Amino acid sequence: MHLMILPILIPLFFGAMLTVLHALNIKDQRGLSLLSAGAQVVVAIILLQHAMSGDYSIYQLGNWQAPFGIVLVLDQLSALMLVLIATLSVFCIAYATTGHKKTHDQAGAHFHALIQFQLLGLNGAVLTGDMFNLFVFFEILLIASYALLLHGGGRARSRAGLRYVIINLVGSALFLIALGVLYGITGTLNMADMALRIKALPASELPFIHAAGALLLIVFGIKAAMLPLLFWLPRAYAAAAAPIAALFAIMTKIGIYAIIRVFYLVFQNDTGLNEQIFQSLWPLALATLAFGAVGALGAWSLRGLTAWMVIVSVGTLLASVAQHSQPSLAAALFYLLHTTLLTAVFFLLADIFHHYRPGPRDYFVTGPRSQDRTLLGGLFFLAAVAFAGLPPLSGFISKFWILQSTTAPWAYALFWPILLVSSLIIIIALSRGGSALLWRQNKQPATTVRAPLLATGIVMTMLFGSILLSVFAQPIMEFTQSTAAQLLAPERYIEAVLGGLANANH
Amino acid sequence: MEALVAILLGVLTASGVFLILRARTFSVVLGLTLLSHAVNLFLFSMGRLHTNAPAVIGEAAQHADPLPQALVLTAIVIGFAMTAFVVVLALRSVLELKNDHVDGVDKNEEPI
Repeated sequence: MHLMILPILIPLFFGAMLTVLHALNIKDQRGLSLLSAGAQVVVAIILLQHAMSGDYSIYQLGNWQAPFGIVLVLDQLSALMLVLIATLSVFCIAYATTGHKKTHDQAGAHFHALIQFQLLGLNGAVLTGDMFNLFVFFEILLIASYALLLHGGGRARSRAGLRYVIINLVGSALFLIALGVLYGITGTLNMADMALRIKALPASELPFIHAAGALLLIVFGIKAAMLPLLFWLPRAYAAAAAPIAALFAIMTKIGIYAIIRVFYLVFQNDTGLNEQIFQSLWPLALATLAFGAVGALGAWSLRGLTAWMVIVSVGTLLASVAQHSQPSLAAALFYLLHTTLLTAVFFLLADIFHHYRPGPRDYFVTGPRSQDRTLLGGLFFLAAVAFAGLPPLSGFISKFWILQSTTAPWAYALFWPILLVSSLIIIIALSRGGSALLWRQNKQPATTVRAPLLATGIVMTMLFGSILLSVFAQPIMEFTQSTAAQLLAPERYIEAVLGGLANANH
Repeated sequence: MEALVAILLGVLTASGVFLILRARTFSVVLGLTLLSHAVNLFLFSMGRLHTNAPAVIGEAAQHADPLPQALVLTAIVIGFAMTAFVVVLALRSVLELKNDHVDGVDKNEEPI
């Protein structure tokens, strides 16, 4: 099925074209960029329909047979991530065409080309079935993100960017060390083949594998912003231009995707290799959740608050993933869709406030009375209700499901109170922020600045997505349940990738 | 030879980590370079160490694993590009921030 390679080829082609044709006028660049993103949405939806049957699609690059060549593997999780990435990118590119004084995509060079390379890395990372190829796609998406983070320039971006680049370079070095250990012990890089060989390893070799697993957890923890490794995130995301920060909402989820893929598939044997890793992930996830909530309470601006909300959602997701059960994984995947969309909405809303309140911008301080506060207030209220997890929107459904799926007594004794209290803290932080942004007014004369129409429209459309997630919760939940079931049956993945070889050699 | 390579790797990694933890960008960049050298050597040695063994089957009695060599090539290219990028970024932040501290306090920095 050659369609599978298109999510990688389309952004590569358009990215290369936009780089070569960088002198093209901005309207044509936007057209090409949106065309590419739109084509990716279409391809992703076709692939999703294909994956819904529960079958795996395998694409052997260069027609090299599975453990020897690189394979792309499409399962329900990859298809879901592809749809999410492509949809989000359309909104981000569309939003980048708006802006105050100067549009976001004209604030620096090569915006659209960089976005395409970012999408290339993201799409490749969720499709690949090879560990080293995962590293390469991670590097592609990181290189694009380094440049995107600095897009537009300025002191805040330089500072945050330097830290972001350095911590990720250290992460890449650790990733390579882990891959070296894994290759040295198992002699393969194909995920399915590696899973088989780890299963068959003698006990004396297991400490090496365990060490490599711990290193990989650190690497993916940096990407996902897990507790001791999250301090780069708030400043970096708050400094990035709004459409870029909104696209970065998916980047932490790529870290979580990698954790699910690698630890559910590759690291498993009869002695519970992955359970040991999940045991170390569990307290870190809870701590991330609690820490994110505390950070949110201390935020000065809506951008800062949103960055901390990203961390809260990462903590929630990791805690659900660490339980390693089908119901909590299914709930986590539903929550992943919801939270990616909503954090992106908040980054864009923060940008609207940034331009539309001339004095205090998106800081939580009193400003002059302003036009459009009813419209923006309504949008903020809807987004806040959805994110905080109040009924009837998707946040409530997903958090309720996450709580309900936590059944082990050791898990809910800790997870329930932490998740509920942190949700309460988020409600407090959002109401505090919302009242300062919209309710309180000082005596200065009212401003005449209107909220930008296109930007508000894009945010409205995205919020409508959250409503759709709530209305169509039933079919989406059924889909994430079958996705979780598929992820918990790694033997079928191995069988699909290696075919007859899986049984012949081992 | 294994012991020698292991000691070399240990020294390179330790120096790299030490330099990465320094406060100024120049030492951090040097540290990253040393660390990526260590990683490249480590990846290379994961194909096991051989002498007089070409990475081609059938040319000699014993052959070396060609895959780690290919991986190292990829890692070197990526590492080189990243080093160039981080040097430029470090220069830019020196110019913009008027200091070369990685984690210093900026008096003009806005709270977030």
